[in-house]
Amino acid sequence: MRMKSLLTELYRNKSLYSMTLPGLALIFLFSYLPLFGLLVAFKEFNFRDGIWGSPWIHPFYGNFRFLFSTGSSAMRATFNTLYLNTLFILFGILFQVGIALLFNELAGKYFKKVTQSLMFLPYFISWIVVGVIAYNLFSEDTGVINNTLKSLGASPFHWFTTAWVWPIILVLFSIWKATGYGMVLYLASLTGVDPSYYEAAKIDGATKWQQTRYISLPFLMPTIVTLTLLQVGRIMNADFGMFYAIVGENAAIYRTADVIDTFIFRSLRLNGDIGMASAAGFYQSIISFAIIMLCNKLARRLNEDSSLF
Amino acid sequence: MIRKWNLGLVYLVILVFSLFCFLPFLLVLSSSFTSEESIIAHGYNLIPHVFDTSAYHLLFLDGERILNGYKISIIVTVGGTVASLAVTSLLAYPLALKRLKLRKALNLYTLITILINGGIVPWYIVCVRYLHLQDNLFALIVPYLCQAWNVFLLRSFFQTIPDEISESAKMDGAGEYRIFCTIIAPLAKPALATVGLFIALMYWNDWWLGLTLLNRTELQPLQLLLRTIQSNVQFISTSAQGAEIIRATGGRLPSEGIKMAVCILTIGPIVFVYPFVQRFFIKGLTIGAVKG
Repeated sequence: MRMKSLLTELYRNKSLYSMTLPGLALIFLFSYLPLFGLLVAFKEFNFRDGIWGSPWIHPFYGNFRFLFSTGSSAMRATFNTLYLNTLFILFGILFQVGIALLFNELAGKYFKKVTQSLMFLPYFISWIVVGVIAYNLFSEDTGVINNTLKSLGASPFHWFTTAWVWPIILVLFSIWKATGYGMVLYLASLTGVDPSYYEAAKIDGATKWQQTRYISLPFLMPTIVTLTLLQVGRIMNADFGMFYAIVGENAAIYRTADVIDTFIFRSLRLNGDIGMASAAGFYQSIISFAIIMLCNKLARRLNEDSSLF
Repeated sequence: MIRKWNLGLVYLVILVFSLFCFLPFLLVLSSSFTSEESIIAHGYNLIPHVFDTSAYHLLFLDGERILNGYKISIIVTVGGTVASLAVTSLLAYPLALKRLKLRKALNLYTLITILINGGIVPWYIVCVRYLHLQDNLFALIVPYLCQAWNVFLLRSFFQTIPDEISESAKMDGAGEYRIFCTIIAPLAKPALATVGLFIALMYWNDWWLGLTLLNRTELQPLQLLLRTIQSNVQFISTSAQGAEIIRATGGRLPSEGIKMAVCILTIGPIVFVYPFVQRFFIKGLTIGAVKG
């Protein structure tokens, strides 16, 4: 648009544009300024001089040096982030789609209402509360699971110091929290299926499984693709709340349960190592950006309507 | 015959899964009604050995901090929701209007922030160094005021209102603000309620802002207080009524039951309003899913 027509447009709809100003300004402050602030990764940052004023670091990769050294906790955190997020996505789809398909077969109105309410409830709870629940279940002396083990005559298990069990527990919590929420989305797509498809299939003698496989699943596919791509786009970003609340500062299980976001938070708030934290954040943002671009391209190729932007 | 058996299995799976989702809540509830001695001796249990309310009694001996946490959470939730709903809807409405030429560019500007962001370090520096959002109530509200996802949800709702309505009102000489307040907002009431509930839930459940931007504990919202109590056994012994509580419990600090009691107080309001608001959330989610 040329400058003059832009100005006339702004003038003609000035009250409409003025409405958008507070929102646009807030987005600028909290989303765009931090983007520009990624520069900090190449600076010797101090609060007095700010983002611009702080001196550049020499050599320019100074903040990144420890990040990529072998056996560093940043590399371990990167691996854990990708690994755990992949598990969350896969099991998420499996349970959300699976439960939605089963739920769609139910008839009883009250049964449906009550069970859906129960399944949706964890979505409304903060991760802090989930952290308390995890403690209630897995605590060494007082936890419900160890109690049960003891009453069965088995010896209690050291949950909070055994690293290998945590991927399983974290996946269980992610299923617990997200299934009811995801199910709502898939159920909405399922109710959009014309019942005459199923009727026709029944006349042709299709089994329930065949109806699911050849009618319901294809109808769910666009939703599955879009939601999965959105999650894959954020695969480098761990759910900070989940890890901070459940794993917290329990270094004994960092081997399997420390992720980039908790690593950055520790460097920033506990160790005060802004250089390291910003380098890790920069590296996370760059890889994220590449993955999102890739996902969008992939989505466009699969289905014009599923692309993200 | 076989089909009936299969359907029974489907009911069973759904029943078991919904119990799996609900049991943790029962567990916390019953643990909060278990005495400290019983927890030490038998651990947490689904059914308390002896029904006991001492955790709640002790909590209210030191009620000031909990009440203060409630107060902060309520102020942040109410203030944040009202302000955020205003900012969000004022941005979303023009973005839904076809007669706005810059609509596409502004949409992109807004929605791209869902996918791309600078991460927590620059965000933290911007908040603390430049906006001075630290150790005050604004720090718990302002950073979340305009969330692109909520703008997107509301815009989808506004798009279902025909442009002709606002255009004809404009023809009759009404200003844009008046059109929005007297015609559009009342039409979009269900949508505003839905998104308002999403925002309220976000503020009520948030502790990230408190965790990163607060050093003063007296501003801690309820969620963060729960975190402090969970990770800090010293909570009671550092409180003003600590001595009295220790006397009341015969020298032993009741930390285990109290964690669960605070947990119940934190999720209480949510569980209480949940039956009434659930359908709004379902509606909001399905509208957002039309095009993710």
